[in-house]
Amino acid sequence: MHHIDLTDQPIDVAAALHAAESDEAGAVNAFIGTVRNRSEGRRVVRLHYEAYPPMALHQLRRVAEMAQEKWPMLREVALVHRHGTLEIGDVVVVVAVSTPHRADSFAACQYIIDTLKEVVPIWKKEEYEDGTVWVAAHP
Amino acid sequence: MNLTIALFGIAREIVGKSSLEIAAPAGQSAAGLLADLRAQYPALAGLRSLAVAVNNEYAAGDLALHERDEIALIPPVAGG
Repeated sequence: MHHIDLTDQPIDVAAALHAAESDEAGAVNAFIGTVRNRSEGRRVVRLHYEAYPPMALHQLRRVAEMAQEKWPMLREVALVHRHGTLEIGDVVVVVAVSTPHRADSFAACQYIIDTLKEVVPIWKKEEYEDGTVWVAAHP
Repeated sequence: MNLTIALFGIAREIVGKSSLEIAAPAGQSAAGLLADLRAQYPALAGLRSLAVAVNNEYAAGDLALHERDEIALIPPVAGG
């Protein structure tokens, strides 16, 4: 059973990794996305993440299902995304997958984070010392 | 028919509210709705992308909208 969540509270990384464990897996592979202090040369003060919660949760589940179709050997998927105001160093997203062998776990983990960034309705506004910008909004 | 459109991120800021009620012809398509909204709020046309979501799924342009649909405007996403 996959562990999929959208939360406005700090992510419990250890719990997400634990949720991805499986006795049938020899590999747990995780990606942990965190808030960086610079963006394109500007100092970032904090980030504001806005979500469309019901659709975001639905699309997170879809991403996990698509990964399961592409990698049938996937045992567990944990996928947790945070929204709200985040400070530098805060954890934004955790993707953790387990598979019998490690090569599939790297590929599935990368697929999930890359696809999440394309389809899940979550928006990011960067706050600088002198203003704010919605990330990727304009060409 | 009357449609309620949920707005997020930069689309919410451009329109100035988080929900928009608009009158639309019966059978209005997702693409037709986008065209109407871009005409009414030209700054929406400057975005890198703009999608319509219906009932938590991305809508194809020719999808017909209905009054009871949960409709949202999806500006370029930036999760992760």
